[in-house]
Amino acid sequence: MSASTDLTRRAFAGGAMALALGGKSFAQGFAGLGETAEGFAAVTPGKPFAFPADHGPHPEFRIEWWYVTANLSDAGGAAYGAQWTLFCQAMKPGGPSEGWANQQLWMGHAAVTSAGTHRFSETFARGGVGQAGVEAAPFRAWIDAWELRGLDAFGPQRIAPLELKASAADFSTTLRLDAERALVLQGDHGYSRKSDRGQASYYYSQPFYKASGRIVIDDKPVDVTGTAWMDREWSSQPLAADQTGWDWFSLNLPGDEKLMLYRLRQKDGRENLFGNWITPDGRSAEIAASGNSITPMATTEIGDRKLPTSWRVTLPARGLAIETAPLNPKAWMGTSFPYWEGPIRFSGSHAGIGYLEMTGY
Amino acid sequence: MRRPLWILAVLLSHWRRHPMQLATLLIGLISATALWSGVQALNQQARIAYDRAAATFGGARTAVLVGKDSATFPQQLFVDLRRAGWPVSPMLEGRVQIDGRSFRLLGVEPVTLPSEVGNAPAVGRGSLQSFVTPPGEMLVAPETLRDLGLKDGDRPQANGLTLPPLRVQAEFAPGALIVDIGIAQDILKMPGQLSRLLIGKSKAPHATLESVAGDKLRLVEPSAESDLERLTDSFHLNLTAFGLLSFFVGLFIVNSAIGLAFEQRLPMLRTLRACGVSARMLNTVLVIELVSLALVAGLLGLVCGYFIAAALLPDVAASLRGLYGAQIPGQLSLKPVWWFAGIAISILGALAAAAASLAKAIRMPVLATAQPQAWQQAQRRWLMLQSAAALAVFAVAAALIQFGDSLIAGFAVLAALMLGAALILPMILQIALALGQRSARAPVGIWFWADSRQQLSGLSLALMALLLALAVNVGVGTMVESFSRTFLVWLDGRLAADVYISAASDQQAKEIKAWLRDRPEVQAILPGGRADTQLGGAPIEVLGLPDHTTYRDNWPLLESTANAWVRLRPGDACLVSEQLSRRMKLAIGDHIEVPAPGGSWPLEIVGIYADYGNPKGQIAVNFAALTRHFPQTPLTRVGLRVEPDKIAPLITALQEKFGLDDRNIADQATMKRESKRVFNRTFSVTAALNAFTLGVAGIALLTSLLTLANSRLPQLAPLWAIGLTRRRLAALELLKTMAVALITALFALPLGLLVAWCLLAIVNVKAFGWRLPFHVFPLQLIELLAVAMAAALCAAALPVARLARMQPATLIRTFVNER
Amino acid sequence: MLRVTGLTKSYRSAGEDVAVLRGVDLTVATGESVALSGESGSGKSTLLHLIAGLDAADSGEIALGNITVSGLNDAGRAELRRDRLGLVFQQFNLIPSLTVADNLVFQSRIAGRHDAAWHDELVERLGLKSLLKRYPEQLSGGQQQRVAIGRALAPKPLLLLADEPTGNLDEDTADEVLHLARDLVVRTGCGFLMVTHSARLAATLDRQVTLHAGVVA
Repeated sequence: MSASTDLTRRAFAGGAMALALGGKSFAQGFAGLGETAEGFAAVTPGKPFAFPADHGPHPEFRIEWWYVTANLSDAGGAAYGAQWTLFCQAMKPGGPSEGWANQQLWMGHAAVTSAGTHRFSETFARGGVGQAGVEAAPFRAWIDAWELRGLDAFGPQRIAPLELKASAADFSTTLRLDAERALVLQGDHGYSRKSDRGQASYYYSQPFYKASGRIVIDDKPVDVTGTAWMDREWSSQPLAADQTGWDWFSLNLPGDEKLMLYRLRQKDGRENLFGNWITPDGRSAEIAASGNSITPMATTEIGDRKLPTSWRVTLPARGLAIETAPLNPKAWMGTSFPYWEGPIRFSGSHAGIGYLEMTGY
Repeated sequence: MRRPLWILAVLLSHWRRHPMQLATLLIGLISATALWSGVQALNQQARIAYDRAAATFGGARTAVLVGKDSATFPQQLFVDLRRAGWPVSPMLEGRVQIDGRSFRLLGVEPVTLPSEVGNAPAVGRGSLQSFVTPPGEMLVAPETLRDLGLKDGDRPQANGLTLPPLRVQAEFAPGALIVDIGIAQDILKMPGQLSRLLIGKSKAPHATLESVAGDKLRLVEPSAESDLERLTDSFHLNLTAFGLLSFFVGLFIVNSAIGLAFEQRLPMLRTLRACGVSARMLNTVLVIELVSLALVAGLLGLVCGYFIAAALLPDVAASLRGLYGAQIPGQLSLKPVWWFAGIAISILGALAAAAASLAKAIRMPVLATAQPQAWQQAQRRWLMLQSAAALAVFAVAAALIQFGDSLIAGFAVLAALMLGAALILPMILQIALALGQRSARAPVGIWFWADSRQQLSGLSLALMALLLALAVNVGVGTMVESFSRTFLVWLDGRLAADVYISAASDQQAKEIKAWLRDRPEVQAILPGGRADTQLGGAPIEVLGLPDHTTYRDNWPLLESTANAWVRLRPGDACLVSEQLSRRMKLAIGDHIEVPAPGGSWPLEIVGIYADYGNPKGQIAVNFAALTRHFPQTPLTRVGLRVEPDKIAPLITALQEKFGLDDRNIADQATMKRESKRVFNRTFSVTAALNAFTLGVAGIALLTSLLTLANSRLPQLAPLWAIGLTRRRLAALELLKTMAVALITALFALPLGLLVAWCLLAIVNVKAFGWRLPFHVFPLQLIELLAVAMAAALCAAALPVARLARMQPATLIRTFVNER
Repeated sequence: MLRVTGLTKSYRSAGEDVAVLRGVDLTVATGESVALSGESGSGKSTLLHLIAGLDAADSGEIALGNITVSGLNDAGRAELRRDRLGLVFQQFNLIPSLTVADNLVFQSRIAGRHDAAWHDELVERLGLKSLLKRYPEQLSGGQQQRVAIGRALAPKPLLLLADEPTGNLDEDTADEVLHLARDLVVRTGCGFLMVTHSARLAATLDRQVTLHAGVVA
């Protein structure tokens, strides 16, 4: 089995770096994500979160990411999406070493999406020398010229306001992210179970950002506003060995309610559904494991892959039955480890916009 | 489909009855393809090696940022540039001594290494983790591993450290050790320092270099050609020219064989047409026949070419190493395109050589018209045309000498000279033979000359091949000999000291010098040193010469002001090498500014000296001045003047006292021997190809004579009938061949000297940057003349021997069949 | 079967047009053998060559069966020679690098009309059985011409054209060869047109036609 199918959603970070740098065999040399987490810190329930400290890196864990997606629109109402991600992976356990001996590998992804265009870029860095890193206070996450930086009056509980910057050969993004409400813990008070065999991560989000700024595609600037969502997650062994891929939704429901929902696919065809329903007051409740469903509908062919870019989501207990459609079905991230990530809109019992990510196809 | 096959079978039946003709045709094609593709294989092999070297983590193919004064710079600049959007990757380069041998150590950063930088992915072939985290890995080419005498996984010692375990990477260029940047900083003891930044091709917007790095870094744009390619161009052009020459000589053979076969098959072709084969069908099948033969010959030629290349490769590698320091692996590896190109060149060559015959076949009327013996008229016309063409080609050559100013133009002059000479050769032979005929009195004598003239058209192609091969041999022989003589005289002057020492460190050098001062047999201690810098964008060497009578008396200067050596003393004057003066058009009295760590150093040129064999430009300055302007210059090199009979004991004493070995200390004789050995190997390929070309020309002559021999029976039979013995006839035939060969060879000598002059005065100057004096070596010329006559004798011997032994019945039959 | 009407042909020689044929009319019926004679330069060989399609006429018509020879291009004329004509020349024109056996089958092979029984009969009648493995240069003139006749008749042509077939042979051999040729022509039932300057040989054929100054006398 190829290493790539071991990797799922945001947990693929390290694997992607490995692949980017040397092909499949390379990944076997270090942290295959389905491998045991010997030597790394374990994820256990009941951890007390502390901010701003937990905004910073957790080098005793194997993998970690800072992940922002934004649903935007311009003055004429045309929809856009933007992504800014920083992954970190430790090649071996132990406290971080100085200089080039540092064992952290960093990877950045950035993308912008419109109905007709999808642009993406990636970059890599070694830790220890300053090319990439994250500092908790004052908050700053960066790789090369890409940056996520706390602005004046930064509130650690809100992780806002922030400035987001990324630029590549054919696009760039500059956004200011503001939030009035506090961040929310996902899963069970920040303990996010990924299987019934102990795989888990620490997971919190800030789904309430208001975003404004400018994206530039092929030197054509567009001023945009909208909402944004940040995910923070770290773990040492987030996946079971037989989990093959991931379909992840972040949905902005009417009335400022938020829904985070994902489906983990297994080699044997079974799947697990996890998620949290977040109310405007910041209360976050886990979705029940049974009775709910995420079902693929229309597929899009990208290269020789088939991706289910339209979905039906039903959560009967919450009275939710929606169908989603992509803003741009070709929102393919042809990075070293490829996946699909792009803005969606949904209708049915609830209507709104959100983001979809699919890996392992 | 049966019909063309039947026709093909009929056409092929000719070869079955005339195997010698077939052999001639195939030998011609095989030797043409073999020599051409052999040379191509060598060129390709070298080019692969250059690519490997150029691609090894930012050779000349990648744009780089370097420190303003070529020194190392802090790695924070790398981080700052990345943060400003620059797609740069850091590198640190230095040298490490392993077992007394110096290797280039390259520290790279695999994560940011631009993917377009050659074999970057090879790093990831192993595990990134084991490459970057201590102890890391040291990647080497298989050749380097062999040089080290170590195994994969071994950990050699250097700089008092245990180096990372060695890992073989087949794609790497030999001579370099590649480690992670962090590990390189440890080994070289340069923490946080970088020597350059490779710039990836990513076009993300970024800040200006000045706004990030101030004036600390300088951008070096990539060059399409690597330094090695540029330097070795002339060498490969040389090889290619030889390959091309051999190819054409081979095609001469093919042309004569096909021409003869066509003449002999004319009745057959007419019969085929009469029996209902259409012209189009016949021509198609003729082409198919030729292409099939070319395919077979091409394949055989490729196999031969492979062996030629494999046999010459060590010499080529040695030449390239000696001349340019280029590393070529000794194992021949060929791309599929080489095979295709070889087959294609064989087919194209065969078609070109057969073009005239094929055109005749296409225009051939079915009905044979009465063919009177109009050879004399036809031959005269043909001679006039060829001579006119020759004069036109000579005019082109003259124009090229006048207006051309490049290596290609130099070779074009050579090609034009040789083509013109080949074209005019039949006319010269015609005139010489006519003169001979006029002076002859006896009837047999008159027949001898007249018949030689009639034979000319049949032999002229082979004689042209002989002329070209001989002329090139004379030319190249004269050039090599001129070079050799000049080089040896020059070497005597350059290696003026008696003993050369290269100490392990400045400290050891100091100790050695102190020890030597008390030795009575040491007449002079001559410190030396050299620094690297650049002038006009190209790297140059700055050589420090101590102010000593040894240099004043011996150092060979091509031109100088009256008091050049005195002018050097204050440190504001320099000597420049001939290459540099030609390249940058520098003359005595010119001023140059040499970049030095302390700032630019203005110098006046007071002399020009020969510096044969050095691809880099060089300037020579006073040693003390050099150490002032380049304080980092190692002071480890020392030359000694010693009483002649004390040299050996002194060397032994030095070796024992300071633990120096053969690499660190050498006497003048050893140095000269080494230099001569390198020199000799440099031209061994030229010599080998020379011999091949002469051999092919010999074959061309042999095959022409063999094919002519059959068609000449009708001319000889009447003479036999009127009372000349077969033995006498054979002797006359031999004499005739030798006569035309001698005329050809005598013409080849002045042509060869002209070729040598072109090589020395045009090609060498453009290719290497030095002009050698032109010498004529009469002994060498006589030797070549003898070789040419021997070749002609060998070629003529076989057909003549057949004639001498021919059954009378065969001669009689010519009367019966002759109609 | 062969009908030649109003055929003219002139050659350019030394800057002048020399009319060789000035309106020749000639017919050869199936199974008929015709001798074409005339003095040197009367145009008899030229006429034969035009009929064989080896050259093109200036005007007039040549019809062989239902085919108009004068209207054919090179490929058509080649096909005509291959499939419907047999040609025998004074110089035999055998292929020197092929054995007698190969020379014999050669035309019928490229015409795709090889008939093994007829071939065996030809070999038998021409008395070539013991010579099959030899090369032309090892044969006498009479033997070579017998091979040439065999080659021409092997594809069973409509018309056998012979240009001075016995010109290179002594009188006895010539009689023998011509006798053989006539027998075989009768056997195949094809027409036979022979150019000869010998009145004696011409007399042995069914009909004699004489050319004089480019027209049938």
